[in-house]
Amino acid sequence: MSQIRNFSIIAHIDHGKSTLADRLIQHTILVPERQLREQMLDTMDIERERGITIKSNTITLPYLAADGQEYALNLIDTPGHVDFSYEVSRALASCEGVLLVVDASQGVQAQTVANLYLALEHDLAIIPVINKIDLPQADICGVKEQIQKELGLEADSAILCSAKEGIGITNILEAIVKRIPPPKGDFQAPLSALIFDAQYDTFRGAVVSCRVFDGKVQPGDLIRLMSHGGVYKVEEVGIFQLQRQPRSALTAGMVGYLIAGIKTVSDTRIGDTITSEADPIADPLPGFKEVKPVVFASLYPVSADDYQALADALEKYKLNDAALVYQKDASSALGQGFRCGFLGLLHLEIVQERLAREFGQSLIMTVPGVRYEFTLTDGQVLAVDNPQHYPEPTKIKKTAEPYIRASIIVPERFVGAVLKLCLERRGSEPHFSNPTPGRVEVRVDLPLSEVIIDFYDKLKSQTQGYGSFDYDLGDYRDSDLVKLDILINGDKVDALSMIVHRQRARQWAVRVCERLKEEIPRQQFRIAIQGAVGGKIIARETINAFRKDVTAKCYGGDITRKRKLLEKQKEGKARLKMIGQVSIPQSAFVAVLKTEVG
Amino acid sequence: MGGSGFPSESIKSEGRFPGLYVHVPFCRRKCAYCSFYSITALHLIPNWLRAVSQEARLYEERFGRFDTLYLGGGTPSILTVKQLAVLLEVLRPLLVEHPQPEITLEANPDDVTPGQLAGWRDLGINRLSLGVQSFADHELSFLGRRHQASGSRRALELSRVAFANLSVDLMYGLPGQSQKAWVEHLKQALEFEPEHLSCYQLSVEKGTPLGHLMSAGRFTPLPTDWEGHFFLLTSRFLEKHGYLHYEVSNFARGNCWYARHNKKYWQQTPYLGLGPGAHSFLGNKRWWNFRSVARYCEALKTGRAPVAGSETLTEGQLRLETLFLGFRTREGVKLEMLGGQPEGEKNLWRLEKAGLVRVEEGWVRPTRQGMLVADSLALLF
Repeated sequence: MSQIRNFSIIAHIDHGKSTLADRLIQHTILVPERQLREQMLDTMDIERERGITIKSNTITLPYLAADGQEYALNLIDTPGHVDFSYEVSRALASCEGVLLVVDASQGVQAQTVANLYLALEHDLAIIPVINKIDLPQADICGVKEQIQKELGLEADSAILCSAKEGIGITNILEAIVKRIPPPKGDFQAPLSALIFDAQYDTFRGAVVSCRVFDGKVQPGDLIRLMSHGGVYKVEEVGIFQLQRQPRSALTAGMVGYLIAGIKTVSDTRIGDTITSEADPIADPLPGFKEVKPVVFASLYPVSADDYQALADALEKYKLNDAALVYQKDASSALGQGFRCGFLGLLHLEIVQERLAREFGQSLIMTVPGVRYEFTLTDGQVLAVDNPQHYPEPTKIKKTAEPYIRASIIVPERFVGAVLKLCLERRGSEPHFSNPTPGRVEVRVDLPLSEVIIDFYDKLKSQTQGYGSFDYDLGDYRDSDLVKLDILINGDKVDALSMIVHRQRARQWAVRVCERLKEEIPRQQFRIAIQGAVGGKIIARETINAFRKDVTAKCYGGDITRKRKLLEKQKEGKARLKMIGQVSIPQSAFVAVLKTEVG
Repeated sequence: MGGSGFPSESIKSEGRFPGLYVHVPFCRRKCAYCSFYSITALHLIPNWLRAVSQEARLYEERFGRFDTLYLGGGTPSILTVKQLAVLLEVLRPLLVEHPQPEITLEANPDDVTPGQLAGWRDLGINRLSLGVQSFADHELSFLGRRHQASGSRRALELSRVAFANLSVDLMYGLPGQSQKAWVEHLKQALEFEPEHLSCYQLSVEKGTPLGHLMSAGRFTPLPTDWEGHFFLLTSRFLEKHGYLHYEVSNFARGNCWYARHNKKYWQQTPYLGLGPGAHSFLGNKRWWNFRSVARYCEALKTGRAPVAGSETLTEGQLRLETLFLGFRTREGVKLEMLGGQPEGEKNLWRLEKAGLVRVEEGWVRPTRQGMLVADSLALLF
């Protein structure tokens, strides 16, 4: 066990986490040329294209240290986004130390701070790494000062590195061996292991990533997953080294995988404890919680005929993403579809994109919302995450919505812009602090619903890319919610309804109507687009009927040509959504989803 | 557009005989907007003439007799009277004797001389379609026409005396053209009291010189809304002056002056097209000839039909054509064609309410506004 080190790399987005991981791998494992690529641990296309990590991945790096000993360094790669902060926390619970990477040109950012807190919470050894020191704008002294003052870490302990250029890699590997303590554990004790991720394998079912704290597990063992009591027979255990490497057993202190005929990853829960069926431990490892979705949206197939295909795709997708929840939904405008719950907006985007890309689904997605609480006059409390389930307005006594605690770090000159943005988004009680001269941390409570749509993009653009943002989910607070309906020629388009704060209803209505006006082509009739709250019209746009749609000449040879053109249009029209005799292109729904307010 | 005097009965009885079209693919020069097949190698005319005669023989049995003959182009008027005589000698036996067949010749104003006119009349041509296009020199040169405004007027004067059934082609919606200027053109044309007018809105086709100019950004076409204004203005103006707006681009001074031949296209009456690039339609089949005089002649030399392609229309396609062609005409579409689906009924009601169609005597007829959006109407049913 003294030859094992379990560590993770944590960083603000774009500070070079994946590149550093690549270098550590290349330095310790002979990677065959054909497997050599960037972001080696990010196996999904979408991760590589966006330069993000979505799934936790692990790899065991064999390292011959300066002391002559060979070590097994288990790198647990974690997702780099707040949507997945629970996954991150479980990965960190499996480590004894972290590399805290800070970009030498950008310094400490909001997620750096949040990550540090997470590491401190788990009582981990922290090795600060200043990355990108090769950049001309690198400010090593400034960053060291921030590490000292803002993070409260010993600045001299920071390792200078350029993952891109391969500078400082050996120093980092040596620091992992020397400064991160070896795992503790009892080989003889009953099995306790922590699940921090699971992936789906078509042939083997769920491949569970876990950290063994006590005891050991080997093929043939009967194990129990403590959260739901499911018992499974272990088929294979091993470690990851780019591929799965089977081992005879996983023992205390080790990080690896386990295959036990578990059908889907939904049967595994991140943070769950694995124990032995024959000799179980009494209490599960601490920190387990059910992951609850916080962002909700409905997915509809573009063509109603594709409903079954979408259902199948979701089922398959779900095999590998336990965090997605969904149930049937129906709209008179869009037909049958699914109401889905996501961990956050990035998760939503990922699901949408993977369904399109890996399963070939053409989707229409409604405007995302959160789960609101309605207290009715009879005292009943309803949780509503779908505008279609908005209660009868006369029966509503009180409404409430979830808030987040946001932390935004910006250079001083942008504080005004940030404050303005936060106020527009109904932020309250901003607190300011100056972690270092010239930089301000704004802590502010914001309604989650105001953050899930383009808040981060707005922040980035208004702070010229300097603003960094992180948040924790907070509590529910009283609100003044209304349901905004969109009507096209007097017909309600249920898929476009949304629950909004009364104060924001008009703004939304105006923007949505404007967007629809841009997107809906002129038709034979005049089209009225209206936004209404409780029967009261608060926004209106009109699309005039088109003035001309006729070919001047139509004789012998023109007829075939014209017919083919019309056939094509007819086909295209079949794919449009007919609402009150108005055909609405899919782009209109997409445009509304992208509507920015404020 | 009033519903009075609509000659639905006569149209139905006319539908019996097929129409015969001959494509004369020769021009002294190509007009900038024209996308029809034509060449300027006039020395090929004799070969073409021989080939057309051969082609006509291939179809002797299949169509029966024709009651209309349309010599279109290209520029049929560049054929000498002698050449035309040869052509008509071959074609005349294919025509019915009663009722008197309509024989139309398309003519370029430059080719109109008293001698030519007399020759055409002697050959039995009884309808002249004069490609005037404009009465303004700058517009004619933009369009790449060979004649000038003075030529337009002289040709009209001569033709008016020689032909009792005269049709005039005009074009509107040219870049920079004002509505006032357009009305002036219409007035000039009306001075000659033509029995028929075809007013085409300039449409810029890909592959034409104008098409190239437009994609190079050398001129901007009229905004769509303006096109609509021109269309409505033309319709109102001509109807006020006693013309019936009986098809999107066609006007007649009474229903007896409708272009009998062209109406066959809109009513799905069979027609045979002879010559390179010509289209034919019979039953549920449509076919078209090679768009090349050389290939056309070569095929016929070896006794083969010069057919480049064909299609067999499904029921659905036939129906779609009936609809979109029908909505182009004052006559409209039979109500029973639209029945069946509740969606269609709803749309019909909305169209009527929006003033785009009128339902009368079992027909759904487009209004003036309806004709303006005729292409889209078919897609609603």
